[in-house]
This record gives sequence, structure tokens and C-alpha cells, in this order.
Amino acid sequence: MKHNIEKIRRALYGPTLINYIVVAVIFIILFTLVSTGAVNRYISNLMILVLVMIIMSTSLNVATGFLGQLHLGHAAFMGIGAYTASLIAIGLEDAIANGFVLFLVSTAGAIVTAGVAGLIIGAPALRLRGDYLGIMTLGFGEMVKTIITNLKGLTNGAQGLYGIPRIMTFPIAFWTTVVVVTLIFLFMNSRHGRAILSIREDEIASESVGINITRYKLTGFVVASMFAGVGGSIFAFSIGFIAPTTFNFLKSVEIFVIVVLGGMGSLSGSIVASIVLVAMPELLRDFSQYRYLLYSTLLIIIMLFRPQGLMGTKEFNIPRLFKRIFGVYKEPSSKGSDS
Amino acid sequence: MELFINQLINGLNTGSIYALVAIGYTMVYGIIRLINFAHGEIMMFGSYFAFIFAYMMPFELPFVAIIVIAMVFAALMGMLIERIAYKKLRTAPRISALITAIGMSLFLQNLAQLIFGATPKVMHPLVSTEPVVILGYNISLLTLLTIGLSIFFMVVLTLFVRKTKPGKAMRAVSQDKEAAILMGINVNKIISLTFAIGSALGALGGIFYAMAYSNVEPTLGVMPGLKAFIAAVFGGIGNITGAMIGGYLIGIIETMVKAYISSKWVDAIVFGLLIVILLFKPSGLLGKNVKEKV
Amino acid sequence: MKKILTIISTLVLAVLLSACGAKEDTVKFGVIGPLTGDYSMYGIAVENGAKLAAAELNADGGVLGKTLEIIAYDSKGEATEGVNAYNRLRDQDEVNALIGGTFSGVTLAVKQLAVEDGMPVLSPTATNPDVTLNAANVFRACYTDSYQGSVAAVFAADSLSATNVAVMYNRDDAYSQGLAQAFMDEFDARSLSYTAFEFGATDDDYSAILTNIKSGGYDAVFLPAYVAEVGKALTQADALGLEMPFIGGDGWDGIEADYAAVAEGNYFANHYAKTDESEVIQDFVANYTEEYGEAPNALAALAYDAVYAMAAAMEDAGSTDYEAVVAALTALDYQNAVTGSIKFDSNGDPIKSITIIKVVEGIHVVETKIDAS
Repeated sequence: MKHNIEKIRRALYGPTLINYIVVAVIFIILFTLVSTGAVNRYISNLMILVLVMIIMSTSLNVATGFLGQLHLGHAAFMGIGAYTASLIAIGLEDAIANGFVLFLVSTAGAIVTAGVAGLIIGAPALRLRGDYLGIMTLGFGEMVKTIITNLKGLTNGAQGLYGIPRIMTFPIAFWTTVVVVTLIFLFMNSRHGRAILSIREDEIASESVGINITRYKLTGFVVASMFAGVGGSIFAFSIGFIAPTTFNFLKSVEIFVIVVLGGMGSLSGSIVASIVLVAMPELLRDFSQYRYLLYSTLLIIIMLFRPQGLMGTKEFNIPRLFKRIFGVYKEPSSKGSDS
Repeated sequence: MELFINQLINGLNTGSIYALVAIGYTMVYGIIRLINFAHGEIMMFGSYFAFIFAYMMPFELPFVAIIVIAMVFAALMGMLIERIAYKKLRTAPRISALITAIGMSLFLQNLAQLIFGATPKVMHPLVSTEPVVILGYNISLLTLLTIGLSIFFMVVLTLFVRKTKPGKAMRAVSQDKEAAILMGINVNKIISLTFAIGSALGALGGIFYAMAYSNVEPTLGVMPGLKAFIAAVFGGIGNITGAMIGGYLIGIIETMVKAYISSKWVDAIVFGLLIVILLFKPSGLLGKNVKEKV
Repeated sequence: MKKILTIISTLVLAVLLSACGAKEDTVKFGVIGPLTGDYSMYGIAVENGAKLAAAELNADGGVLGKTLEIIAYDSKGEATEGVNAYNRLRDQDEVNALIGGTFSGVTLAVKQLAVEDGMPVLSPTATNPDVTLNAANVFRACYTDSYQGSVAAVFAADSLSATNVAVMYNRDDAYSQGLAQAFMDEFDARSLSYTAFEFGATDDDYSAILTNIKSGGYDAVFLPAYVAEVGKALTQADALGLEMPFIGGDGWDGIEADYAAVAEGNYFANHYAKTDESEVIQDFVANYTEEYGEAPNALAALAYDAVYAMAAAMEDAGSTDYEAVVAALTALDYQNAVTGSIKFDSNGDPIKSITIIKVVEGIHVVETKIDAS
């Protein structure tokens, strides 16, 4: 236990301290922009959408990038989380006045249902490999969509659910995203995370070394699903309206493209790709009809010429970044490796 | 009883289309172990080609000519896609090839949207829909053609694969690529041929689909493509006969569910079938279990 | 690393730049409709009708002395896209009023947000009854589905002497469902029989349903859906040899463009008929045809009327202030509209008459006109 705490402390402090400062600075800049009205509501909503995508892509990275499993149904868990959170919030809207508390309670529910769904779907699905797993997850995604549509009494079916309390604010979204990404980072640096990485490298070898493949695959899958639920919750409270078609195969592919573009196995890559691929098409709305053409072309080109994506499996290393830009060398602490 | 037979005919109609498209999936998987996600889009382009040659030519073409030309174009398209996107990834990890296929599928959908616009084009049946009376049942000529032509092409394909040299070469490459090379088979040519045949048949399925349901749009191939793929898996992916049987089975099941239960649950049931098959017999009805080597 | 930093800084710059846009001195109406996809014929008609009205108004001095600008965004017929479009119109373009949505399903989703914002909303074509319910600032220029559905039922029972009808509708669409329900309620009130047949938005293949209908011995089929679905259904019905007449709603308008052959001899309820001989209608048809090269369908006419109505309300209010405009709309009495007079009841619905059209050789022939009673 002590050993683990020591490991976590080492992972959190050290060269990653500089990361905290950077994060805080980014927040201050963006928050000032939002609260003084320097950017209008449309842009601040867009920023929240970027944050949602960051959550979705970093969580998918756990399943696909780190675990090496082809997961084509991630949006379904986002949907499950979104609907759960929305229904809880609509029900408790009058009982709980504080928006933040309502968000916490609803998101807790979303995490539970998305996690349980991840368990139910993952247990059978992860017994398969490669292509078959991809198809299974795709099939499950479609089934979830159909079930949500058919539970009309609860979800208002294909018409979509409206009247969701719009309690999302930029600070809530930002800090939730930071928490999620940090948790994922810690998870991947833990014993669980390393087991998952070894499974990706060589599944049969891992098994022969005594790693319980099924358990770790399932853990990774469920973790990814739970965070997807969080993303769905933030999404729902930001837009105020969700429909089953929002969380379809196309959405799963969108998230998938971002993970591939950023580099399957790099959290910073997913973050950067999320910003680029979500913000750009919205701002260039006149060209929005070419959005999916762009995505798909990018996907093909990347797989043909740079399958490791933008950042491969590396992460941002802020000290090295400073060195490159400013020529100032920041001595990293003796312990701890690249983040 | 009469109603049941009529619904069965509907199921055979849909099933023929699924079977034609499923063959494409299964042949490609058999030969390079790739799930060609873009196959549904070949089906879609097939119907667009037919639309162009039926309505946008300054001269009028007979029905047979339209179909053949569209199939040829689709075959060329299939071979081109293989060359550009898949050939390079033959030795890459499977996940890369799969991702490329997904990308290709999306790309083709959006390409069609760019070229033809998102508004559906209306395709009228190019043959009369006057009912033909067989054994006391009214069947439209279009339905008869769909079922008849599909079976015809499937028989031809089976004979081709069994009896002719290229057909045998295809089977050889599916079984053991290295050995086939040693036997002097030009693997590249055979793979191209596989894509050509699969695409041509998929396009034919697309044409029948468009004539029956009148709308030709960029997303035409998405759902039917997915269902045809499920049919291929159902019958045993890699097995041509399995694909045909799977196609007809899925078509009939779908129609019967719509007729006697409700179309609400069709998708869930078909996808549920896929999941069940993958869990309990992933090699499908006619497939063999292949163990993974270390 | 540097490349990424460049991208990010460009992004931040772009964001900041787009945030400070110039404010022009125009009055802006937002329009939401399906401009692309299966239903684009409706959205484009609405956009064109609105723009024609704006052009005429501007030639006549504009609204409140300023130029009227129409900003149209694509909903693709989907509620989520519609909501995105609404947010963009409100936050980025800062429109003064909304002429939209076009579809009932989209409008219902947008309604929630509009009620929160208090923006004056006049939907040209959303017919679902719930659209204006409990929403003081939401109005519509057309009649409602409950009215339209029951009139269709009255027509079926009285003019076609139908006693047993197959009601075939899209369970995923508020419009289709609403109409079907109203029809069935009217039949219940008259103790006539019907059977419901549902299909879904993703279904292409209706052969199973149509085969069941064929063998059920029905006098007529009520199919309240949009042209994309109706065309497919009629084509398949023709192939399967169904012979009973089909009745539809205003979503059928435009069916003669591609499906004249299979639509022959069927009926649908509409807001007006372009072959109607009144001067207002013929002027509108002539102007529209000259501007856009094709005859207008009812949705274009409704959008045209809606823009005129909203402009008139703004003139009455004397400003673009939300509350003032809403009050002016509540009191509006716009007599000379193409689709009949626009005067709102307590809900925000106008009281209008319905034209039943029969498709004869690809032309709309007025079969009968039924007044609100």
C-alpha cells in the first residue's frame, strides 16, 4: 500500500508539477474570456464541446490505444450516461437547487449505468479478438441505440429528450475534464495500466506470464465506459437536448478518428486532436459539409503513411517543450520519467 | 397461408439483395482477411452508376446494358480501392487495415454526397412492375427478376470458383497464400479479381435495391451493407455458399419480423443474432474453427 | 512541438477574432429547415419563400426602416441539428425573430430553448399541436395536425365512404404520429374501424406492411408522411398491386415532381392549391416561379406569409424588443395572406381552412375545401 502511495506521489509531483501550472494558467485565460463575455455563448459552448470530446477520446484511448482492442461502440456509453444523467436531473430538478450538486448526483448515476453497461457488453465481447470484437462493439452500439429509441415512455424515443436543465458551466466542464484525464493518466501508470499495455504488445505472451487477460481487458473496458458516461453527462447538460441518433456509429467513428489522429496510446495526442477536429469544423461552418470528407481522408492517409498518429505513444513533456521554444532548460527532478 | 407465402416472397426479394452483397464481403475476407467496410458504398455507387446510365445519357439503353455497364464500373472501382488503400496494408496489423476500411467507407459516402448531392435521386424500376402470375400468386416482374437474376449469378459464381482455373486459384490463395505463391499463382491479380467480382455483385444488389425502394442516396449502402455483413458472418465468413444462405436467412427473418411483430425490433433482433453467433459459433453456420497460432 | 504550438495559437487567435464581429444595422429573421438530405425540398421551399417575402419587403422600405435579412441554417430534419442551428442563430447571428422550424419534431426541440429565451417564434409549417402549447412566444402560420388529421378522417368517411381504413405512419416522427392519432380519434368518435401500421425512420422496405394491408380488405390507406417516405411507399404499393386510394397530409405536397405516376388518383390535405384562382395566390405563384424557376409548394407559401406576418407585427410593435413583438403577434390580424388569413387564437394557432387535393395526371386538382367547423 505504502509502495503504491509512493509511486502515485512520484507520478503526480516531479516534472509533472509544471503541468499543473500550465493547466491552471490555461484555465485562467479561458475562464476570463468566457466570464467577461469577450467570447459569446456560442464559442463558450464550443469550448465545452471540445472538453467533452477530450473526455471521450482519452477514455477511448484506454480501450483502443492502450489496450489495443478495436472498439467501435464508444458513443453508445456516452449515450447511456447522457440519458441517465438527464433523467435523474429532470426528476430531481425541483429537489436540488444547486446546479453543481445536481450535476454531481446525475453524473454519479451516469457513471454507474455506463459502467454496468460496459461490464455487460464487455464480458462477452472481449472474448473475441480484432475484427470480430470491432463488429461486436458496433453491433452492441446499434442495439443500445435501438433500445433507447424503443423505451419511448422513458426516453421520448426518436423525438429526443428535451427539458434537460442546462446547468453546465465552463468551470465545471473544465475541471471535470482535468480530473478525468488525470485519473486516466494515473490508471495507465499503475500496475493495472502496465498490464494493459503488455496485453496490447503481445496478448499470448502476457497470458503465459500469468496476467489474467480477461480481467484486465474488462477493467480497461469498464473504466473507459464509465468515463464515457461522464462525457455524455456534460454533453447533455450543456445542450439541453439529446436524441438517440446523437450517439450513433458515426459518433463512435468521430471519436475513433480523433484517437487515431492523436496517436493511439498518447493522451496529449488525443487532447490536441480533440481541439483541432472539434473546433475547426465549427468555426469553418461554411465548409462543414466537407467535415466528414476531411475526417475520412485523414484517417486513410494516417493509416497509410503515419499509423502512429501525431504523437505516437508519447506524451507532452512541458520542460522539453520550454527548452525547444525558449532555449531555457528546466532540470527535471531526479525521479520520474517522461509523463 | 396465402399471406404467409406473399411475405415469404418479400423475404426472398430482400434476401436476394443481401445475398449478393454478402458475397462481396465474404470473398474479400476469405482472400485477405479484411472486413471491407467500404463494400456497402460499392453497393451504393452501383445504384448511382445505374441511375446515370438510365437517366442521364442522351440515348436510351436497354435494361441489360445498364446493369452490365454499372457492374463493370463497380468492379473497376473495387479494384482501384484495393490498389490505393488496402494493398499497402497487407502485412500491417489487422487493426490498421480495418481502420482504413472504415475510413474508406466514410470517404466514399461523402464523395458521393459531394458529387451527387445529399438529396436522394429517384430511380424508377427500369422494368415494368406489372404482376406476373405464378401458381396463383401475383409477383411483380421486378421481384421475379431480382430473385431470378441473383440466383443465376450465384450459380455462375459457384461454377466459376469450382471449375475454372482462376476460381481454383482464388480458393488456393484463401487457404494458404504462401503456398499459392510457391505454386506460381499471381496473388496480386487474384486479389484484384476477387475484388472485381465481389464489387460487381454488390453493385447488382444495389441496383435492385434502388429499383425496389426508389431512393438513391449516399447513405444507401450503410444499413443494407451492415445487414449483408451480418448475413456473411452468419453463414460463415469466407464461405461463399454460407454468404448466400446467410443473406436469404436474414432477409426472410427481417421480413417475417416486420410482418408479424413490428419493424421496431428488427434492428435489435438482427444485431442480436450477430452477437449470439459471434459468441457461440463465430465461424458461422458453414465455417470452420481456426485456431490462432503463437 | 512547434507545429502544434502554431496550430493552437492560430486557433486561439481565430477564436478571439471571430468573437468580435461587426454589428450591422439590419433586422434579422432566422430560418431553420432541412436544406440538405432526404427532405431538402421542404427546407429549400421555406428558405425561398422567406427570401422572396424579404426581397419584396425590402423593395418597399424594409422593416422598421431597416433592411430585412434572412439567415437560414440546415436542420437536416433532425432535432439535434435544429437545436445547434437555433443556438447559432441566437448566439452568433443574434437574430430578432425565428421563422422556424420547418418540421414539427425539430420545432418541438427548439421550442424549449425559445421559451427560455422569450424570442418571438413563428413557425411557418410545424403542425404538431404541442408546438404552441404553453408557449406564449411561439406561434405558427399553419393549421394543426389535430385539425388536419380529423379533416382527413371526415373526408375519408364522407367523401370516400370509407368504413375501414389502414393507418400507416412513421412512429419516429412527431408530425406523422400526430396526424395519425388525430385521424384515428375522429374515426373512434364516428365508430368506424381502422388498423394502425407503424414503420420506422430507417425503414426502406415497406413490402411486409403493404402486403398485410393488401390482404386486410381496407377501403383506403391514410399515409401521413413526407414525400421521401410516401414516394417509396407508393412505388412499392404499386408493385404489390394495391388498389385502394391513399390519403395524405400536407407533407405530400411536391409528390408530383418525381412520383406522379404512382401518386395518380390519390388525395392529400394541403394549405392551398397552386391552381386556385384567387389573385393573391396567382400573383405569388407567378413571382415565385419567375424567381426560382419552379412552382412553389405550400410550405413556400406559408414561409412567405410567415415573414410578412412577423414583419407586420414588428411594425405594429415599433421595435424589435422581444416582448413588444410577442404582444403584437398576439393581436395580429393579417388578412391578405396567400394561405388564408392569419389571426391567432389563444394558443398561437391561426384559424384556417383546408384544401383537399387530388392528383390527376400530375396536376393538383382541388377536390374540396373544408372550413374550420
